[in-house]
Amino acid sequence: MRRRSPWLWAAALAAYAFLYVPLIIVVVYSFNDSRLNAEWVGFTLDWYRKLAANDDMLAAAGNSLLIALTASLVATVLGTMAGVALHRYRLRLLPILVLAPIAIPEILMGVSLLIFFVLLNFTLGLVSVALAHIAFCIGFVAIVVRARLAGMDESLTEAARDCGATPARAFRHVTLPLIMPGVVAGALMAFTLSIDDFVITFFTAGAGTVTLPLLIYSMIKISVTPEVNAVSTLLMLLTLLLIVVAAKLSPTLLRSDRET
Amino acid sequence: MAANGFSGTRMAKWLVSGPPLLYLLVFFAAPALIMVLASVRSPGEFGGLAPLVDESGRLDLNTESYVRLFTESVYLQVFVKSAWYALLTTLACLALAYPLATLIAKSPKKHRDLLLLLVILPFWSNFLIRIYAWMIILGPNAALARMVNGVLAWFGAGPVPLLFSAFAVLTCLVYVHLPFMVLPLYANLEKHDQALLDAAQDLGANAWNRFWRITFPLSLPGVYAGSALVFIPALGIFAIPDILGGPDDTLIGNLIKQQFLETRDWPFGSVLSIMLTVAALLLAGIAAWVGRRGAAGAARA
Amino acid sequence: MALLEIQGVTRRFGDFAAVDDVSLAVEAGEFFTLLGPSGCGKTTLLRMVAGFDLPDAGRILLNGEDLADRPPELRPVRTVFQSYALFPHMTVEGNVAFPLQMANVKASERPARIAAALEDVRLIGFGKRYPHELSGGQKQRVAIARALVTHPTMLLLDEPLAALDAKLREELQVELINLQKEVGIAFVYVTHDQTEALALSHRIAVMNRGRVEQLDEPSKIYGFPRTKFVADFIGQCNLFSGPVTANEAGTVTVDVKGLGPVRVAARSAIAAGAQGTVALRPEKIRISPSAPLDTPDNHFRGKVADLLYMGDVTVYRVETPGGTRIEALLANSQSGRAKFFEVGDAVETSWHVDAGHFIAE
Repeated sequence: MRRRSPWLWAAALAAYAFLYVPLIIVVVYSFNDSRLNAEWVGFTLDWYRKLAANDDMLAAAGNSLLIALTASLVATVLGTMAGVALHRYRLRLLPILVLAPIAIPEILMGVSLLIFFVLLNFTLGLVSVALAHIAFCIGFVAIVVRARLAGMDESLTEAARDCGATPARAFRHVTLPLIMPGVVAGALMAFTLSIDDFVITFFTAGAGTVTLPLLIYSMIKISVTPEVNAVSTLLMLLTLLLIVVAAKLSPTLLRSDRET
Repeated sequence: MAANGFSGTRMAKWLVSGPPLLYLLVFFAAPALIMVLASVRSPGEFGGLAPLVDESGRLDLNTESYVRLFTESVYLQVFVKSAWYALLTTLACLALAYPLATLIAKSPKKHRDLLLLLVILPFWSNFLIRIYAWMIILGPNAALARMVNGVLAWFGAGPVPLLFSAFAVLTCLVYVHLPFMVLPLYANLEKHDQALLDAAQDLGANAWNRFWRITFPLSLPGVYAGSALVFIPALGIFAIPDILGGPDDTLIGNLIKQQFLETRDWPFGSVLSIMLTVAALLLAGIAAWVGRRGAAGAARA
Repeated sequence: MALLEIQGVTRRFGDFAAVDDVSLAVEAGEFFTLLGPSGCGKTTLLRMVAGFDLPDAGRILLNGEDLADRPPELRPVRTVFQSYALFPHMTVEGNVAFPLQMANVKASERPARIAAALEDVRLIGFGKRYPHELSGGQKQRVAIARALVTHPTMLLLDEPLAALDAKLREELQVELINLQKEVGIAFVYVTHDQTEALALSHRIAVMNRGRVEQLDEPSKIYGFPRTKFVADFIGQCNLFSGPVTANEAGTVTVDVKGLGPVRVAARSAIAAGAQGTVALRPEKIRISPSAPLDTPDNHFRGKVADLLYMGDVTVYRVETPGGTRIEALLANSQSGRAKFFEVGDAVETSWHVDAGHFIAE
């Protein structure tokens, strides 16, 4: 039995509190019967009702969902291919292109894509946002898939080849089923990243297109009401749900130790 | 035929790596190159970019925007301020993350995954929500502000706005980036051999010495990795100062946004972006190099 | 024509030659073993036969055909991997069915062949289980069944019993010998365990540093090792080295420092002055309290320095006045007595000229 220093416990607990109290406040005040996010007055579901009736909000949510579904689908396919390629072959260009979008500040991708689309006379809208999202989601999916492949027993693919399977059949019958949990987890992660994205969307959406984060942004800047709290709470719930699903499908994804 | 039979044909290699490569070349590499080109063009009359070939048929290329960046000191000041904010954020994250990562690393195995998950979960909430939360907490009518100002009033000092200040920006920067410092630190601390500390204690080292002379040096690779993961994104942040910051808190990200969406001087905005990219890549490169050296050193030990 | 011919095969990794100009032939129906310490190149060679690696020089011929252009899935050889490599997401049946599926065998024909394969390895009834529900020995049997279900020309086994404990290993060794006889196809077996190699094989190729040091039947490898490495690697062996002082009438005399002249029966053209080694197995040495009556050609006095009681035999290490250690083995067949000698006893070691084996350097 090792004594754990009480100071360590206190500091760690403080850090956890620091992480969660702000979010808890947002959720709590979404039920607060007061326009000001200042102190608790009474319980109400009014803000949620207002939210349901808010056409702009629903349209924005619809846009976000559409973009996220498209982007995560395409990014998962391309990202899985990238992950497999990174694991199997010694490539020089692909690793850089896949990892750079993740390493650099988001704003850089946002503005460069803005110039790109405008110069090509490509109208900014849902499509431009989706294309931008795919670009930065590929990297995340690729990393997850590659990690999953690295943890897989290499001799299984060899055994499949030995049993008469061509590389393509070996991939389909042995590799793919075994990395599928990683692929799905990558897809869910891409979906979450897309729904939550603000910076890149901000630059590539153009004037007429609004996604949920962009709407929240304008609400925050212009007129803050607890409707923002309500939509935030709902978004957090959705994300939580997605993570739970991802964890159930790929228990090793969140595991800190390495096991296949 | 491939060099070793197992790898499969070259065609397979291009079939698998081709599509993602192509996509990223078009939607990542090409825009980056276009931005480099844009940085040496002139701004258009109504914003954006001037035509590449002007009326007399000549290529309109110049380095005016670059010159402007290096001669008008106000811009360099913004770069310095951004670096300063990023540095403070990194240090604060380090101070907060270290005890947290240590605690998780020392916990029994079955708790670790849960504790890590609890650290990562807030990261999965929407970025703007996390900023908005601090708007609430630091708002003038909220409990915290009233408490602080109440105490200040006691000493006869004027009310201090917590919101729209450097303090708000920094707090939120730390808040948003904390998980990125915890994870690499934890990954490193988890591998530490308790036997080393026991040996040190056996040889007469007290708790502080054990930490400073053994644990901390061994954790440096994790510290560098976490610092890179915090510093680089923090350098380019714009939403946080945009929402929570005052007029004095304009950082590079805000400048870039201004140039592209308000002033619409795209060449200059491109120059700023390129400088930011160069800084980010340099730092990432240094971090990777230091990381490799550290790993080699540890391997030799 | 031999079933498998390896001709001058070399495989390099950078400057290091993992397999260095190896030539050998495996006959149909034989149990052939590649034996050697880790790093000797035996697994690399096996992988090249399977198709997972290509030689830098040389040819590999199966039934006269050069395999160079054929990827693993087109070679009629099957591999049993050290880690079993059972597909975790398929049942035992699914695993065994996989090669049949890849060969496009009709679905209606598969169950009968799967059942036959499982019966061969005595795992009838395990079809619906998953690999993680099986013991190590059962997993190995499934791997063998999967490898044999398409009746390959040859079976390659890469240290398949290495991960099992001693008792299970012995059981499976016997099963492997019987299986090989039943199925009748050539087995190429890789191991570092020399007792296993001696027990299982028709012929053994002893490898060291990428080369074959000796290729022979087990008894010849044991009794007539051709190099010091083979003598030392297989079983226990005393190696007495020194310059040759005489070579006449079929007897070579080697002058061993710290011991004296050692005489060994050998037909060798070696000249006096050249280096030579006498390899002598411990069980061929007689130990007695005093010189035996039939005065064998080699006898040396010494003291028992160590002894190792191993239950069925005892190993005695005798140290001569010159400082040489001679290792002798005596069976403890007399009940009631644990050992014949104690540490410190003065003894006489002796052996005949034909007890040892001469190795020229």
